[in-house]
Formats: sequence, C-alpha cells, structure tokens
Amino acid sequence: MSSVRKGRLFRASKARPLDALLLGGIVLVAVVSAFPLIWMVLSSFKTPAESMQVPPVWIPESVNFQAYGEVASVINAGRSFWNSAVIATTTTLGILITSLMAGYAFAKYRFRGRDLLFAAVIATMFLPPIVTLIPLYRLVGSIGLNASLAGVIVPNLANAFGVFLMRQFIAGVPDDLIDAARVDGASELRIVFTVVAPAVVPAIAALALFAFVYHWNTYLWPLTVLQGQVDSYPIVLSLSRLLSYNRGAMNTGLVMAGATMAVLPPLVMFLLLQRFFVDSIVSSGVKG
Amino acid sequence: MTMATVELKDVTKAYGDVGVIRGIDLSIADGEFVVFVGPSGCGKSTLLRMIAGLEEISTGDILIDGTRCNDDAPRERGIAMVFQSYALYPHKTAYGNMAFGLKLSGMGKSEIDVRIHEAARILKMEELLDRRPYQLSGGQRQRVAIGRAIVRHPKVFLFDEPLSNLDAALRVSMRREIAKLHTQLGSTMIYVTHDQVEAMTLADRIVVLNGGVVQQIGTPIELYERPRNLFVAGFIGSPKMNFIEGEITAVETDHVRFSSPDTGEVTVPMLATGATQVGSRATLGFRPEHLALGGGEFGISATVRLIERLGDQSFLELETASGQLIVARVDAAHPANLGSQLTLGCDSVRLRLFDDEGLAV
Repeated sequence: MSSVRKGRLFRASKARPLDALLLGGIVLVAVVSAFPLIWMVLSSFKTPAESMQVPPVWIPESVNFQAYGEVASVINAGRSFWNSAVIATTTTLGILITSLMAGYAFAKYRFRGRDLLFAAVIATMFLPPIVTLIPLYRLVGSIGLNASLAGVIVPNLANAFGVFLMRQFIAGVPDDLIDAARVDGASELRIVFTVVAPAVVPAIAALALFAFVYHWNTYLWPLTVLQGQVDSYPIVLSLSRLLSYNRGAMNTGLVMAGATMAVLPPLVMFLLLQRFFVDSIVSSGVKG
Repeated sequence: MTMATVELKDVTKAYGDVGVIRGIDLSIADGEFVVFVGPSGCGKSTLLRMIAGLEEISTGDILIDGTRCNDDAPRERGIAMVFQSYALYPHKTAYGNMAFGLKLSGMGKSEIDVRIHEAARILKMEELLDRRPYQLSGGQRQRVAIGRAIVRHPKVFLFDEPLSNLDAALRVSMRREIAKLHTQLGSTMIYVTHDQVEAMTLADRIVVLNGGVVQQIGTPIELYERPRNLFVAGFIGSPKMNFIEGEITAVETDHVRFSSPDTGEVTVPMLATGATQVGSRATLGFRPEHLALGGGEFGISATVRLIERLGDQSFLELETASGQLIVARVDAAHPANLGSQLTLGCDSVRLRLFDDEGLAV
C-alpha cells in the first residue's frame, strides 16, 4: 500500500512541471487564436483617427458606437443578416436531414453495392470545391435557380462529410433499439428521427455547428450564384461592400464593426450547441 | 388478454449458401409457454426473430392465430418482444417507453394511461414510471421492457434471452416473475435461452435446437427422462449426463445388453424402436445424480480427480480405469479425498443407451 502511495506521489511530482508546460502551451494557443477576434472587437469601437494611429492604439479611449451606426447606412444589414440566416439555417437543416437518412441506410441496411456506394460518396469529399464551382453553377442555372437564395441553398442540402459522420455514429446505435421500434410499429422514417436521432445527439450537434458556421461564412458560392443581386447578399458578401466603401473613407473601424456583427450568430450558435454537446456526453456517460 | 397459436411449417433460413435454420415444423398452442434452447449459434434467436418479422424467412410458412404472416411487418403480427439488451429508448421515461407503441397505433391518451398503470401494477413498478433508463437498475430496466410488451396486449410474447444481462440472484427472481406473469396473463409465450435451468423451470414445452435443426420437442421431464439423442442427453441436465463407450452384446424384446471395459456387461431398458444390432458400437448414458456409491446395475471403479463442494452436496469428477471422466453427485458429508478409489453404480431403469449414430435405443 505504502509503495503504491509513494509511486503516486512520485508520479504526481513528476507531472507538475509537465502540467504547467501543457497549461502554458494551451494559454499561448488560446491567446494567439483569440487575438484577431479581440482586435476586431476593440477596433470596432475606435474612432477613425484611433484606427489609423501609428503605433496602434490597443484600447480605445472611449467606447464609440459610431462605426456600428455607419454600417447600417452603407449596407442593408438587416436584410443581409436575414439572407445569411436563411442560407445557413436551411442548409444546416437540409444537411442534418439528408445525412441522418443516408447515414442510417449506410449503417443499418444490408444491400448490394452498399460499400461501393459509400466509397463513392466519400470520394466526393476529395474534390476541391473550386473544381465543381462552374459545373454546379451551370447546373443551378439550368434549373432556373441562378440569382436566388434557392440557388445558393439547394446544391448544399446534402453533404458527404455529414453522411460519413452520421454513418459512423449510427453504426454504434444498438440494432435491438431499432428492432424494438419496428416491433412497436414505427416506420423507418420515424425510427430515424425519433429513435436514432436522439441517440446520436452529440454528432448532430457537431454537424449542425460545422454546417452552420461553414455556410454562414461561405463566400465564393453565393458570390457566383447571386450575380450581383445585392438584395440577396448574405452578410459575408455585404462585408466586402464595406471594404470597398472603406477604401475611400479609410475607416477600418467600419469593417471591424460589420465583422463583429457578422461573427455574433455563429458565436451564439457555438455557445448554445457546445452546452448541448457537453450535456449529451454527460447524460450518456452516467450509467449503462 | 388476446391469445393465439403459432405454427411453423418447414421454415428455413439461409444466408447465401449457409443454412442457419433447416426445415422447422412446430405447433404452439394457445397460451402455451415454449422455450427454444440450444448452444450459441444454434439458430434459436434467428428463429424467434423470424417469428417476430425482424428476419425474413427463406422458405416455409409462419402462421400466427391461423393467418399466414410471412410478409407482414412486425407491427402487423400482433407480437411484442423483450430483448436481451432491454432496448429501452434512452431519451424517454419508462412511461414514454411503454406509451411509444400505443401512440403509434393511434390509441387515445386516457386509454394509454390506463394500460400503462395496469401493467405497472402487475409488474410492481408504479414508482419507476417517471424515470429514464439510465436511472434504473438492470432488473428495473427489464421490468420496463416487459411492461412495454404487456401494454400492447399482444397475441404472442417473444422473449430473446431476457435475463442474460442480469446477475445470478436477480436472474432467479425475474425468472419467477416471468413464470407468474405467464400464469396471470395466460398468453402464448416463446422464450429463447441458452440456460437450460431457465428452460426447465419455465417451459410447458422445450424445443432443443442444434445447428439450425430441432433435436427434440417435449416437456422438461420428457427431455430429462427420455432424451432422443446424445445431444439432448448431454445438453439437458447439469452437470451433463455421463457417457461410456462400448458395444451391444445382445438385443431382447424390451432390453439390450451393453458391455464396456469400465462397466462390464449391463442390462439397459429399450425405450425407442431403433434398429439395434449385436456387435455395433453404442454409448451408455447415466446422470451424475443417479450414481450411487457401491450398488446398482453395474459397478465402475474410478479415482477422484476433482471435488466441487456446493454446501449441501458435492460433485466428484472421477477417472475410470480406461481413462474416461465421469461426474457423480454425492452428499456433502461424503468423506472423499483427491485420489480416493470409489465404486459407483446406477439402477438399470436410469440407464440410457444411444446407438452408433447417437440416437436413443
């Protein structure tokens, strides 16, 4: 017993410098990662003069909301946020639905050519988006969806990564649970959404987060499809208009205010889902 | 409570060229408790899943309550199933788990409530209805799983090794509860297990399976007293029946003479009408609990190699002169020691003989 205790003490004393080193590393990474975000928020409160000052002013003398007001006069911020919300939310919902259904089929059904088909779906992940940009643009045009939000949304409603993620998680759902639902009289669709989905909540939360942030921030595809339809621009495209406006006015604060506003929804989404994500892991790990 | 018959007519199941269920015929009466028993991989769970509609059948017919239901979905068959892993929906409360199937069938809230509380009263689990599966013990979870089956008022209850995940003490008490439940509900029940004690204690009739083939169907006592072949003789009974190899020396109208170096010549009653020939190889079978020290039809001299003391009784593993191992059940007070030489015998009526193909003689 005493030797065990000694061993533990020995290991603990060895671990302390290592822990400190690790902690130091984590703090460093956190500071480096957070710096642009903090700089962006601070700069959004600076006056135009403070923004251009050399050496740079780190903390503005007073909190100045002027840039935020100016954003609204340059772009239709409300409309842009609405467009972004429609694009990101609809696409995320679509990805969740199609990924759950395809992931369920790949994980739980036995059919001829299943593995080959799954490999083909995975293979699409290796195509750089730029390669598919023009063919996809022509395809969207051929069904009359160019210059519309639907054109931005529809091609992204299914996603190979989502299918892959869901298939991996759903494979871990016990077959008995699905059989029990079949005996209870549930249809396959009901099984997917009321039995399987609650069992893979962490995966759904993670996929929702990835999809929402990616499609909130996506730039090239909406720019290509919307063809200058400013009313349909999501906030990320509208930010580029702030940048071009800024070239005349030399006001970094304006762009930073717009960027701060644009970052808020994905940030809130992250905070909400992170809590949900952790809750799911805790409740599934308590017992059984 | 609705009751029903179940009939299997030459039912088979194959995965590609591999046959896992080979031509099973079985008739289960209204309200009967039938247990499928056999070693792992014998096809008993597959057969149950075929009756449930969770596994397609390759050929043959399944009739529930006289209606052919080969192509019916599980929900259309009027069955309810209890799984080994409980298979409770983890995000629903016990009440939610039990209500799920009823809601899907379009039943009204008040009727659902009545049924769930009735089942909870039968299973003595009223206080568990608001809990989620992770807040329940193994036994409580299995109770909820059984409750989920009861509320549906099924024609047939199917149990797939429902007690395998429970500890020994809980298994015994849940086994008794299932027996009481059958008496109380009087429903047709089909129960799969690899545990022959469960099979013996619960069943009206037992179906012994091996390699996808029915070895014998009968009441527990029939299987114990008159096993049809070596497999059933070895599978039913714990510890298993002892076997001694030898040959048939004489065949009379109602008995057979058998001889081996360990037993000498013994007379065995003939129970089956098998084609038995003098000079053919045969296996003599006798159970550990039927061996007596000293007397009996024959006397086997053997050396004690292992002693398992259970408190009220002991099992002795002994090696015969020809090197075969046999087991004897003796009183706990028996003063046997490792290496002791004992002479054991068995009454003639307790002896069973199997021909060179393993069939009972």
